[in-house]
Amino acid sequence: MRDRHVVRGLLALPAVGGLGALLAWGFSGLPPFGDFHGFYGQLLNAIVLPQRHTTNVVTAIVFDYRGFDTMGEEFILFAAVVGVVILLRENNAGMTRAAQADFVRSDAIRFFGVPILGLVVLVGLWLAAFGLVTPGGGFQGGVAIASGIVVLYLTVGYRHWHRLGDERRLDPFEGIGAGAYVAVGIAALIAGAPFLHNLLGPGTPGTLFSGGSMSILNWAVAIEVAAANLVLYTEFLQRLVAPKELER
Amino acid sequence: MNMLAFAVAAWIFCVGVYGAIVSRNLIHLALCLTVTQSSTYVLLLAIGYKHHAGAPIFKGVKLGTPAVDPVVQSLTLTDIVVSVTVIALVLALALDVHEESGTIDPDELTGMSG
Repeated sequence: MRDRHVVRGLLALPAVGGLGALLAWGFSGLPPFGDFHGFYGQLLNAIVLPQRHTTNVVTAIVFDYRGFDTMGEEFILFAAVVGVVILLRENNAGMTRAAQADFVRSDAIRFFGVPILGLVVLVGLWLAAFGLVTPGGGFQGGVAIASGIVVLYLTVGYRHWHRLGDERRLDPFEGIGAGAYVAVGIAALIAGAPFLHNLLGPGTPGTLFSGGSMSILNWAVAIEVAAANLVLYTEFLQRLVAPKELER
Repeated sequence: MNMLAFAVAAWIFCVGVYGAIVSRNLIHLALCLTVTQSSTYVLLLAIGYKHHAGAPIFKGVKLGTPAVDPVVQSLTLTDIVVSVTVIALVLALALDVHEESGTIDPDELTGMSG
C-alpha cells in the first residue's frame, strides 16, 4: 500500500517536470516582465476617469465595461452556493451524529473577539463603499464583512452565532444581491438604453457619489458575496458543530 | 529577475499538480487545486506589471501617470471568485463522500454504488 504511493510520486515527477518545461517554454514567449504594452489596459487607464468619473479603473472595468460578465460571475457564485446548500442542507436535517464540543475556553479570544469583529466588518464596509474610488470593491468588501461576522462564531460559539447565521435569514440576501444586479440592468432597458447602461450619470470623480449605477451594482455584489459566504459557513458549521437541539 | 515572476507561477502550478497526483486526502486534494489555481493569479498580475508604474487608481494621482494594466487585475478578481466557488463545492462533496463511505482517501473509494 505504502509502496504504491511512493511509486506514484516517482512516476509523477517526470510528468510534472515535463509540464514545468512546457510552461517555461510558453512563458518565454510572453512580453518581458515589466514591459507590457497591452492596448486595452492603456486605453482604459486613459479614458475611465473622463468617461465614467471613477478613480478606480479596475472596479470600473468590473462593473461597467465588463458589467455583463460580472453578472455571470455573480450567478456562478449564486449557483455554487445553491449547489452546496443542496448537498449539505438535506443531510444536515437527518444528521444523528453527536455534535462536537463547542465552547470558547480562551479569555483572550473572548476579550479581543468583539473589537476584532467590529474592526473587520468596518474594513469590509469601507472596502465596499469606496470601491469605486480607492482599492476595493463589492467582492472584496463582501468577503471581509462575512469574515468579520464569522469572528462572532469564534468568539461566542456556535449557539449564539446561529441566531445571526440562520440560513432562513441569510437566504433572502443571496437573492436580493443577485436580483438587484439584474434589476439595474433591466431598469436601463426600460429607460430605452442598452442593458446595464449607467443611468444615474457619472457623478463627481473621487467621491462616494461617483460611478452612478455602478455604485448600486457594487453594493448588490457586496450583499451577494457577504450572504453567499455566510451561507457557506453556516452550512459547513452546521455539519460539524451544530448542537442537536438547534437542528430543525 | 526578468523571469522570476513567471518562474514562480510555473513552480506554484507544478507543485499544485504534483500534490494533487500524490494526494491521499480529499481535503488536501481540494487545497492542491486551489494552489494550482493560485498560479494563474501570479501569472496574470506578472503579465500586466510595468516597471515604474503605479496602481491603476487615479485618486490623488494625475491622469496619465504610468499605471499597470487594469484588465488583468479584473480578470484576477474573476479568477478568485471562481476559485472560491469551486473549493466550496469540492469541500461539500468531500463531506458527502466521508458521510457515505467513511473515508476521504481517494484510493479507498472503490467502485460506484447507488
